[in-house]
Amino acid sequence: MGAARATALALLVSTFAHGAVASREFVDDAGRKIALPDRIERVYAAGPPASVLVFALAPEVLIGWTRAFRDDEAQWVPEKYAKLPELGRLTGRGNTANVEVVLKQKPDIVIDVGSTSATFASLADRVQSQTGIPYVLLDGRLATTPRQIETIASILGAEERGRELSAYSGRILDGLREKIAAIPADKRPEVYYARGPQGLVTGLEGSINVEMIELLGANNVAAGEKGGLANVGLEQVVLWDPAIIVTNDPNFYRDVWNLPVWNSVDAVRKKRVYLSPHLPFGWFDYPPGANRLIGLLWLSDILYPELFRHDLARDVTEFYRLFYHQAPTAEQVTRLLSEPGVAPR
Amino acid sequence: MMLAPARFALGLAVSAAALLALVAWSFTVGRFAVSPHDVANVLWSSLLGEESGLARNVDAIVLQVRAPRVAAALAVGAALAAAGAAYQNLFKNPLVSPDILGVSAGCSLGAGLAVLLSLSITMMQAFAFVGGLVAVGLVVAIGTWIRGRDPILTLVLTGVVVGSLFGAGVALVKYVADPYNQLPAITFWLLGSFTGALPRDLPVTLVPIAAGVALIWLLRWRIDVLALSDDEARTLGIDVRQLRFVVIVAATLITASAVALAGTIGWVGLLVPHAARLVTGAAFARVLPLSLVLGAGFMLAVDTACRTLFATEIPPGVVTAFVGTPVFIALLALTFRRSA
Repeated sequence: MGAARATALALLVSTFAHGAVASREFVDDAGRKIALPDRIERVYAAGPPASVLVFALAPEVLIGWTRAFRDDEAQWVPEKYAKLPELGRLTGRGNTANVEVVLKQKPDIVIDVGSTSATFASLADRVQSQTGIPYVLLDGRLATTPRQIETIASILGAEERGRELSAYSGRILDGLREKIAAIPADKRPEVYYARGPQGLVTGLEGSINVEMIELLGANNVAAGEKGGLANVGLEQVVLWDPAIIVTNDPNFYRDVWNLPVWNSVDAVRKKRVYLSPHLPFGWFDYPPGANRLIGLLWLSDILYPELFRHDLARDVTEFYRLFYHQAPTAEQVTRLLSEPGVAPR
Repeated sequence: MMLAPARFALGLAVSAAALLALVAWSFTVGRFAVSPHDVANVLWSSLLGEESGLARNVDAIVLQVRAPRVAAALAVGAALAAAGAAYQNLFKNPLVSPDILGVSAGCSLGAGLAVLLSLSITMMQAFAFVGGLVAVGLVVAIGTWIRGRDPILTLVLTGVVVGSLFGAGVALVKYVADPYNQLPAITFWLLGSFTGALPRDLPVTLVPIAAGVALIWLLRWRIDVLALSDDEARTLGIDVRQLRFVVIVAATLITASAVALAGTIGWVGLLVPHAARLVTGAAFARVLPLSLVLGAGFMLAVDTACRTLFATEIPPGVVTAFVGTPVFIALLALTFRRSA
C-alpha cells in the first residue's frame, strides 16, 4: 500500500519535475515496481558498485561519483570522467550525500547495486518517495555480474555495449568456473583474507568481502562461522595455518614479513602473501562491484598456478579499456603488476 | 569480624595465589592446543636461551602470542584498577572511572585520524596515546584557567564537555571514512582487543603504564588524604593542587597506554577498587595493592575467555560490561547492606 502510494507520488513528482513521461514499467531485484522515464540522460549511482557499472556502460550519463577520484586513481580513466563531481553515497553504509545536492544535479534515475534485503529496499522506497526520482535497486553478487550489466544496459538504452560487456564478463566467469569445477577438494587451497593494518580482521562465510574466494572454489579458513567481518586472534590464524594469504592493506603487507609469529604460518614462510592492486578500483573486496572481475583472473593464477596462467598484462589492458574507457599504457600496466605482493608466484 | 589489616593480608595472599594459578592456566589454554608440559618446556628453554626442540609454531604460540597477551592483560588490568582507585579518591566519588577526563575519547580520535591517513598499526597506537594526552591536557588547562571555587567539579564538567567534543570528532572521522575499508578498521579498533599485542608493542605500552603505577604507588599515603576535604588536607601539609595534578598525569599515562594497546575497556577501573574496598576498607594504601592484583586477574580472566571461546575474538570491553554490570550491582547491594 505504502509502496504503491510512493510509486504514484514518484510518478507524479517526476512528471512535473522533469517533464519526462514515465512509460516503461520495471521490476527491480527487490521486487519493487518502478516506472522508468522514457529518456534517461542523467544517472546518479548511489554507491561505488553502481558507479562502476554505469560508468562502464554509459559514462556520459553518469552525473558524478560517490567519492572524487584521487590523483593516482584519476590516471586510469579519461580525464573528463575523472573530473566528475563528488556527490556522496545515498544509501547503504551511511549516507554522505545531501539529497538537495543530488536533486540539483537533476538525475532522471537513481541506480543502486548491492544488497536487496528489506532494509535496503525500504531505504530505496524512502529516497524515491522523498525525491520523486525512480530508484532502481539491483542485486550485486559477483556471480550475477553479466545479468546486472544487461539490466542496467537495457534501462539506459545501451544494449549493444551491454551485450559486449556481459559477454566478456560471462566468458571470464564461465571460463574460471568450468576449470575449477574439475578440481578435487584436496587441491583447493586454504586461504585467509587479512584486513586491517594488523591483518586480524577477516571475512566469515558468506560475507561479500570474501565472495571472490568462494566463487573461485578455494577454502576460506574462516568459513566455520557465517557472517560479515570479524576480528580474529593470531593464535587462531596460526591454527588455521592457511597456505595463501590475501590482503588489501599495504601496511599489513609490509609488516607481516617482520613479525616472528606470522612466520610460523605456512603462507608467510612460503612467501605466499598477496597484496591486491587498488587502482583505479580495488581488485579484491572493495568496492564490491564488477571491478573485481579482473581480480578474479589475478587471484585464480595465485590459487591454482598449475591450472591458470593468464596473460595478466593483456587482460588488464583489455578489461580497463572495456570497463574504464582507456587502455592503460604498457608502462602503467607493468608498474601495476610489479608492485610488491601483486605478481603470482 | 577480622580487623582490616588482617583482612587485607589474607585477601592479598589469597588473590595473589589465585592470580598465579590463573596466569599458569591462561598459558595452557587457547585455540591452538599446546599441552601444559610443552608450555613449561618452551618457557623454560626461552628462560635459558635454548631451543625447545618443539615445532616452530608451538614456540611462536607460547612466546609470541600468549606471553605478550598475558603480560598486556595483566598490566592493563592492574593499571586501570590503580588509576580508577586513585581517581575515586581524588574526585571523592566512588562512581568515577579512569576515563572521566576524556582520555578514551581523545585516544579514539587519534586512532581514527591515523586510520584516515592509512598509517601503520604502530602509528595508530602512537596517535591514540597522544590523542589521549591532548584531551586530558586540554581539560586540565581549561580547568586551571577557569580556577573555579570548586576545582574538582570544574575538572569533571570540563572532562565531560571535552570528552563529548572529541566524541563528535570520532563521529566525524567515521563519517568521512571510506565505508568499505576505513570504517570497519575504525570500528574494530574502537571495540578493542588484545589480539594485536605483539612483543614489540610491550615496551612502548608497559613503560608508561609502569611509570603511572609507580607514581600512584609512591603517592599512596597522600592519595588517602585526597578523600578528605581540601582544607583538612592542607592542614596536614599537603599541596592538594600539585598532588591532584600528579595523580591526573599518572592516571592519564596509564589509561592512554591501555586504550592505545587494547581499545576502550570499561568497568575494570570502576569495579575493581570497589571489590578491593569491600575486602579491606577504604584506606588507599591497602586498596591499591589489592586493586592491582584483582585488576590484573580480572582482565586476564576476561581476555582468556575472549581468545578461547570462539574462532573469532570477543571484544574484551563487551565482556567486562556483561560481567561488570551484575557484579557491580551485587557489590552495591553488599556495600549498602553493610553501611546500613
